[in-house]
Amino acid sequence: MTEMVYVYDGSFEGFLSCIFESYANKEVLTAICRDEDFAPQLFACRFIETNVEYANRVIRKVVKCSPYAAELLRKGFLSCLSDREILLYHLVVKLLRQGPHFLANFSDETLNPVVRAVRHLEGEAHLLKGFVRFSELGGVLGSEIEPKNQVLPILRSHFCARYRNERFFIYDRTHRQALFYAAGKAVIRPLEAFQMAPPDETEANYRILWKRFYDTVAIKERFNPRCQQTHMPKRYWKTMTEFQDDAYFTAQSSPASAAIPGAPSETPAPARLSESGTSAPASAP
Amino acid sequence: MDVLEKLTILTDAAKYDAACTSSGGNRTAKAGYIGNTSSSVAGCCHSFSADGRCVTLLKVLLTNRCVYDCKYCVNRRSNETRRAAFTPEELADLTINFYRRNYIEGLFLSSGVFRSPDYTTELMIQSLRLLRENYRFNGYIHAKTIPGTSPELVEQLGLLADRLSVNIELPSEAGLKALAPEKTKAAILAPMGQIQKRNRESKEELVKYRHAPKFAPAGQSTQLIVGATADSDLHILRLTQGLYDRYRLKRVFYSAYVPVVEHTLLPSRDVKPPLLREHRLYQADWLLRFYGFRAEELLDDKTPDFDPRVDPKCSWALSHLEYFPVEVNTADYETLLRVPGVGVTSARRILSARRVGRLCVDDLRRLGVVMKRAQYFLTASGKIPDGLRFTPDSLLRGLIAAERPLLPQQEAVQLSLFDAVGVG
Ligand code: SF4
Repeated sequence: MTEMVYVYDGSFEGFLSCIFESYANKEVLTAICRDEDFAPQLFACRFIETNVEYANRVIRKVVKCSPYAAELLRKGFLSCLSDREILLYHLVVKLLRQGPHFLANFSDETLNPVVRAVRHLEGEAHLLKGFVRFSELGGVLGSEIEPKNQVLPILRSHFCARYRNERFFIYDRTHRQALFYAAGKAVIRPLEAFQMAPPDETEANYRILWKRFYDTVAIKERFNPRCQQTHMPKRYWKTMTEFQDDAYFTAQSSPASAAIPGAPSETPAPARLSESGTSAPASAP
Repeated sequence: MDVLEKLTILTDAAKYDAACTSSGGNRTAKAGYIGNTSSSVAGCCHSFSADGRCVTLLKVLLTNRCVYDCKYCVNRRSNETRRAAFTPEELADLTINFYRRNYIEGLFLSSGVFRSPDYTTELMIQSLRLLRENYRFNGYIHAKTIPGTSPELVEQLGLLADRLSVNIELPSEAGLKALAPEKTKAAILAPMGQIQKRNRESKEELVKYRHAPKFAPAGQSTQLIVGATADSDLHILRLTQGLYDRYRLKRVFYSAYVPVVEHTLLPSRDVKPPLLREHRLYQADWLLRFYGFRAEELLDDKTPDFDPRVDPKCSWALSHLEYFPVEVNTADYETLLRVPGVGVTSARRILSARRVGRLCVDDLRRLGVVMKRAQYFLTASGKIPDGLRFTPDSLLRGLIAAERPLLPQQEAVQLSLFDAVGVG
């Protein structure tokens, strides 16, 4: 057995391909890096081509040992845990060597960091189910978030069920990807840059109403900003209507908005564009 | 008057109601409708207001006009304040548009008594019907039932709402007589009994016919005001227990009385709301619902009020030291739950983890046990944490110190007042 660093393309399938190759080549991995983060190291390294067939074989094997482990693998990969690839790799190695018994022990040293990361992801997704704020722009509901974890795949079913007759999108600024939904279909696509179009009269009006409600409902005799921030950390405030400054509540009469390039044609995602707004053609999912 | 102004008045008048949760609903998305209720047990908070309370529902009054004169209430008829009323259309429009923007999880509709309980309830029904039928709203609705409403109207309200509540407000009949003379215990308990009965029947029908109409599927709740009257914690907790046992309430909410008016029968206006006491009651309520405690175990006639310095579970443990230490490798679930610092989740994890191997002290922290409190009360494989030494006296001090940082700010301030006057 030799020690190796693997480099892959950043996709889940690519990561699973790394696990497959490590077994095929009888190599023990000391690190698994995304190609974009990769810096040359002392260790021998190898670039792993993503292979969907290999990826499927790994996931089938894991599911057979323990469906719970497969869920941890999927969700752990979405988490913001640094070194998540290598920790998940250790989890799979232990699972294949010892069987699923250790998964019942929350304090197990291989399992514990992964479960904690998954709980962090699920916790953030749960908070965002409430903290996401939509604006209505040209019949489409749009919102922006700045999560630490990749929550869009987790949020998808919740918002698709809730707004099944609407057209909506959620833009994840951190991971530069967006969830688009229209007519029963949802896709998640990479999206490099996006800035929301300014509100029209109606939209500005509902923002004002909401802000007023929010400000009025607090009881001043019970004022408690520390408690407020424990439940709703400040990093979420950036994208919430009630914490925006005055300009956010002012309607702009001639919005220079246009559909963003990359959005599916059913969900035009009105954005503020620097150049003249031409409606971009939809690309295939 | 425009909608913004109405919203301001009718939110301001509704804000003292503590209930703002959407838990227990299970509306799944329906074709042609907007919305569902989130299935998580914890409910879904959409924001937190500056007082640190969860904002989940559009909590407003239909109107703050009121023919009653409850002494503790800002909306009482003798109070000079601006009055407003939403039209059913305005209310439905606000709800739908807030909901589409994900500002809220649904609507919490309450109201002053406009002309009569029946007249008010009819207006509420009109609003909810508009929302459900015309706007095809499938999200969460919590509606307040006004004591004295006729059973037919309560029935209609229950078929539109997910949860109903009848607020008891004052925890004793004497309190009601003095402060809310138009309300009686009987008028409050009658709709409670009806709601419980109909809710049970509707659940039975649903087993037989899948499309049977649902009556308040998320059950009912109530609210008690703490600190407006002289009732003890024991009295309040016994009442709570009775409500859970007899009326199968989903929740009892406690609301620290905020002195909004000057009245000889009420605490004066510069008395602070008893937030610490409210906090202890919520902790005790939690013990009744999830930890298998009974009111009589926590308090008795000799100590009718909670110790402000430690939480009710620590308090109980301190007076039952013969129960401890508990060995985590062998104790059953119920016994583990009684250990301060062990919660429902960590107790389950202990059961699961010890099937894999014997637990030692170091494992416990990783399982989520709060060792600062638990360390005094348990052993792992016969051992207590390294270097831990204590006497009954230092035990109490240790527990007080362990809890202080966990208290919300204002509650901690109230606790430090006890230090100043040297209580305990
Ligand atoms: S009936 Fe309700 S709104 Fe009217 S005074 Fe009494 S508590 Fe206030």
